Amino acid sequence: MVSLKINGKPVEVPEGATILEAATKIGVHIPTLCRLNIPEFSLHNQGASCRVCMVEVEGRRNLAPACATPVMQGMDVKTHTPRVVNARRTVLELILSNHPKTCLTCPKNTACELQSLAAELSIQGIEFSGQTSRHTIDVSSPAYVRDMNKCVLCRRCETMCSTVQTVNALSALNRGFATCVGPAFNMPISESTCVSCGQCVAVCPTAALSEVNNAAKVWAALKDPDKYVVVQTAPAVRAALGEAFGLPPGVSVTGKMAAALRLFGFDKVFDTDFAADLTIMEEAAEFIHRFKHGGKLPILTSCCPGWVKFFEHQFSDMLDVPSTCKSPQQMFGAIAKTWLAQELKVDPARMVVVSVMPCIAKKYEAGRADMGRDGGRDVDIVITTRELAKMIREAGINFASLPDEGFDDPMGESTGAGVIFGASGGVLEAALRTAYEWITGKTLHAVDFTALRGLKGIKEAEIDVDGMPVRVAVAGGLGNARKLLESIRAGKKQYHVIEVMACPGGCIDGGGQPYHRGRADILKKRMKALYAEDKGKILRKSHENPFIKKLYAEFLGEPHGKLAHDLLHTHYVPRPRM
Amino acid sequence: MVAEQCRCESEEFKELDAYIAQFRDKKSSLIKVLYEAQRLFGFLSEKAMLFIADRLDVPAAKIFGVVSFYSYFTTTPKGRHQIKCCMGTACFVRGSEKIIAAFEEKLKIKRGETTTDLEYSLDSLRCVGACGLAPVVLVNDQVFGKLEAPDVDTILANNKG
Repeated sequence: MVSLKINGKPVEVPEGATILEAATKIGVHIPTLCRLNIPEFSLHNQGASCRVCMVEVEGRRNLAPACATPVMQGMDVKTHTPRVVNARRTVLELILSNHPKTCLTCPKNTACELQSLAAELSIQGIEFSGQTSRHTIDVSSPAYVRDMNKCVLCRRCETMCSTVQTVNALSALNRGFATCVGPAFNMPISESTCVSCGQCVAVCPTAALSEVNNAAKVWAALKDPDKYVVVQTAPAVRAALGEAFGLPPGVSVTGKMAAALRLFGFDKVFDTDFAADLTIMEEAAEFIHRFKHGGKLPILTSCCPGWVKFFEHQFSDMLDVPSTCKSPQQMFGAIAKTWLAQELKVDPARMVVVSVMPCIAKKYEAGRADMGRDGGRDVDIVITTRELAKMIREAGINFASLPDEGFDDPMGESTGAGVIFGASGGVLEAALRTAYEWITGKTLHAVDFTALRGLKGIKEAEIDVDGMPVRVAVAGGLGNARKLLESIRAGKKQYHVIEVMACPGGCIDGGGQPYHRGRADILKKRMKALYAEDKGKILRKSHENPFIKKLYAEFLGEPHGKLAHDLLHTHYVPRPRM
Repeated sequence: MVAEQCRCESEEFKELDAYIAQFRDKKSSLIKVLYEAQRLFGFLSEKAMLFIADRLDVPAAKIFGVVSFYSYFTTTPKGRHQIKCCMGTACFVRGSEKIIAAFEEKLKIKRGETTTDLEYSLDSLRCVGACGLAPVVLVNDQVFGKLEAPDVDTILANNKG
């Protein structure tokens, strides 16, 4: 342990700790901007590039960045002196002097860390003026916008992209005033190896990276009397939406969300959880088919579009390994525009399917080739949890006081298995609940596969299926997925089923969720909310969903059958690794 | 995978491949490999950078980050005669601005550019360590010192074709 003094107050911290960590320990607040550490995901971004966290260290001529300066025995640190306050202000004013002052119309307005910091440091004017950055705004991606004019060069995005996700699409480019963060050759981001996982957007402190906002498209569809507009909401949305309205993290707002969507005027308010149950029917059937007929194993889940694009780029030699199942979002769209349209006697050409997703990659996924028929898309408009929150606020709805409402039939009914899709390990758990019963013909009583739950990056288990060991693994975050896949490619590890989610922790940590600001405790609470909802359901196995049974009996036929294949399965394309 | 992407079968790529092969620690040899690639091709094309990315197993974004950071590396073809005018302090006070302006006028290009016939490119650089000869101009590896604007004609005449 090292003992030091901060503002005259003694504190003891382990060797290697930073001044910032020591200060936090005794409740001393030091403002930061570039720093972001999420130890749970091995994210460490403390390059001290912004210089906002400067403090005075007795005996040192220069101020020291608290986030990157290790403590030393006997150190005497001052964090609030006029010199420190002045230095922080100067640093921030310099950053702001090259930042567009368009906060009023900025997508990050009131959610921007730079804006909050300017308020915190009481910036009332900027002493410096001069040249400003002139970067072309990159709107090539259907998922997010890159506006490097708003970049503060904290490089959180780059650290996330290369260290945690190992996507390696981003790097610091150029030097001096021209420095920016971007893809190889400054190409449009949509042509790079970017998979649109959105983790860069999730950690960006400003609006340098922000989701493509589709709210206007949703309003336009709702306004159009010729359109029949249905909405689906992904499992993870309900576990985080409340945070945008001041509700504590981990409060599930399923009923209020359904009520708000109905107020908007959607013709039907449905649940992606229904399609999650459907995904399990197809995926479990596909797994059992491969398992019994000596097919390719392990089978990899394919619900996550970020993960799908990742393996197309990074493991293009293994495209026959993942399940061919479309994601629940896309299965929902495919069934809505066929079976549902038929049931409701609505012309599919008139139907607009809107998705509310925790994810920005879903915006990209909806536009993939092979995701529609007869010139129409499975899913027409995708908005994120954040966009939905903005729409609710814009409409003036008092969200917290809304009564709880249910989803509409038939595509609003789901089991507990569908709900847990939103947490890393949930898809696998749901698949096991069904596959177990189908393989053994027996009832599964212990439906909680707790070894597969939690924020851990890689989770492994051996499940006893009637005396037969089934080896399974879960990867949360693409860096962990890479590790698993490489060990399989090298023949070092063998599994039957692997679930991968591009975001660490799964969809609850999606790139379209309310900002968690690096707080893993918020993510744990979101996870808990989903498992609680699962536990509260009478039906907890996908194949027991009565409307799923009806769908197969009246329309699809057999799981993994001909029509199911046409509508609910897809294929993959090799992409360059770069 | 990527190897198929860049079917780099020209002599230069073969030579570069052989050069890379000597390194045991591929990732840390990036700068040397980029240097060699630029020597072979005259500039670093996207194709060359993707080739290096594949062979060294370093992401192309990182490689472009390094290439765009160092002013030595260029991603556009340079002329056969690379004229570099020193703009360091000593050269600057001895009138290097006039020299480079004279080159710009004669070649009808600006600093940083290359003539369309790929004969000449014009750049500025900071100090070649020959301040006693200020103002200094480098043409490829040859140093010309104590220049005055009219000398530009002689230099161009002697570096033709």
